[in-house]
Amino acid sequence: MPLLKLERVSRDFDVSPPWLNRVLDHEPRRILRAVDQVSLDIDKGETVGLVGESGCGKSTVARLIVGLYAPTEGRIEYRGRRLQMIFQDPYASLNPRWRVHDIVAEPIRFLGTPQKVEELLRQVGLSPDDGEKYPHEFSGGQRQRISIARALAGEPDFLVCDEPTSALDVSVQAQILNLMSDLQRRLGLTYLFISHNLAVVSQVADRVGVMYLGRIVELAPAAQLFSRPRHPYTRMLLDAVPDLGMSGRPRTPVRGEVPNPLAPPSGCTFHPRCPHANERCRREVPAFIDGVACHAVLEGRI
Amino acid sequence: MTLEVRDLRVEFPTRRGTLTALDGVSFSIAPGEVLGVVGESGAGKSITGLAIIGLLEPPGRISAGEVRLEGRRIDNLPPEEMRKLRGRRIGVIFQDPLTSLNPLYTIGRQLEETILAHLPLSKRDARTRSLALLGEVGIPAPAARYGHYPHQFSGGMRQRVVIALALAAEPRLLIADEPTTALDVSIQAQIIALLKRLAAERSAAVMLITHDMGVIAETAHRVAVMYAGRIVEVGSVRDVIHAPKHPYTVGLMGSIPRIAAKRSPLVQIDGAMPRLNAIPPGCAFHPRCVRRFERCFDERPDLMAAGASLAACWLHAAA
Repeated sequence: MPLLKLERVSRDFDVSPPWLNRVLDHEPRRILRAVDQVSLDIDKGETVGLVGESGCGKSTVARLIVGLYAPTEGRIEYRGRRLQMIFQDPYASLNPRWRVHDIVAEPIRFLGTPQKVEELLRQVGLSPDDGEKYPHEFSGGQRQRISIARALAGEPDFLVCDEPTSALDVSVQAQILNLMSDLQRRLGLTYLFISHNLAVVSQVADRVGVMYLGRIVELAPAAQLFSRPRHPYTRMLLDAVPDLGMSGRPRTPVRGEVPNPLAPPSGCTFHPRCPHANERCRREVPAFIDGVACHAVLEGRI
Repeated sequence: MTLEVRDLRVEFPTRRGTLTALDGVSFSIAPGEVLGVVGESGAGKSITGLAIIGLLEPPGRISAGEVRLEGRRIDNLPPEEMRKLRGRRIGVIFQDPLTSLNPLYTIGRQLEETILAHLPLSKRDARTRSLALLGEVGIPAPAARYGHYPHQFSGGMRQRVVIALALAAEPRLLIADEPTTALDVSIQAQIIALLKRLAAERSAAVMLITHDMGVIAETAHRVAVMYAGRIVEVGSVRDVIHAPKHPYTVGLMGSIPRIAAKRSPLVQIDGAMPRLNAIPPGCAFHPRCVRRFERCFDERPDLMAAGASLAACWLHAAA
């Protein structure tokens, strides 16, 4: 039994102009489908990574899971006790007028003891004295530690992390990633880890889903996805990652840009950028079968 | 040398005393060379770029040292002459393309104006040149896009337009401050390739400022690593990435996640970069350094030979 189950979940947003403008200009309503038929199981104790470029719907998936948005279609089932979310920007997600111990104790206002708050701060590598300070007295990395301590206060078993290290410097990012995997081991946490950075996801995830224009196009164990990517989009993304090892491995240059999600291409939405696209790809939406949604892969063409 | 920076010192006088943002920064860039300047937030990499182009935010000022462009001293030029130099001899690309583009003018007009301001061309030639530039930076159908406004372009396309603007007057030095940071990874790769090709074709010197070592590895010939307002290591990209000499560079390289078959925990540097009002005495990195010894606490190291690179670290002092 998975801890979290998404079954063909979709989410639409109404981005129409105001009613009067629509009437005067004879324009129809405009609906943006941010998430389209996403199915995903997450088991207890594992880390699932979700990667994709801006506008692919990965953050909408996070918000659907924690209930900040309701799905337009489909079902989300959660069998755990509590979910918590960690956001990208630790500057925006902490109240600047509150002392740290009040921030951390907020989710457990009626149950929390000073001892509990001290323990939470220690758990994320801060000192109990830090509880007396205000958020502005901390660096970005320490602020993200405070967000994590607050998220852990309610003793969740599932953490949804939306770009938790993207605003941090790389040496601080390493501290936070190490802290997160340490906490996972000690507390048996389950993570959904959302990031645009493939290298970061490869560092933390057991399984990885790749999203493009609202759909999951490939889902595979991390080791397999990064060594033998199947979907042409996954291959393109991996080829685009700067090569720090300077191995000079041959790479296909990246083509094109993500299309406007208000007017997605027909058939497989990746076909205008895909080197393997044919007539069927332009016409027919590929079904997600056996971890990948691609006609060329399923027909054995690539 | 296209650009020579010697002992550059930048100070910000404040009510609570003077903050030193850059302290004794020296480097040079040859024609056709791409120098990467890498560091974490607060290291002083952007301040270095701004000091060179004379755009330091007041009260910030250059208090010592000199900047030479093709042999000519430019750090003491009057503002009006400096303004002429920017755009003509020095092209600048910032992180957010929208800060470099005027939202009220079409991109064609902005290009034409830039060209006419710096080059003795007729309006008609300026237009021809603008179209050629847009084609060169990879804008599809330049003639059709000529009359479009910045908001009608995607982020990647806007950055291409900014590159075209920066190159319009054939500058000898190009300063690119985080040119790809706001872009998606697939667009980033395209912009890096473009920047690299255009600079090489024109044999312009490029100063590429970024926090992303991957971008440096792809683009630069040499790299300077900055920490707390100083250059702590400089060398060829290959040497610095594969055999870093300064303990900070070692930690920085180890903390970068890589896509690898086998996963190992990331190296972490404990603590954080000091704030400008609390830069430790001696080597500024010593409170976080795992290899510090007595000398590091009170004596500040300058760059010294360390293998094929230079590193500001007492570990490499000749005994």
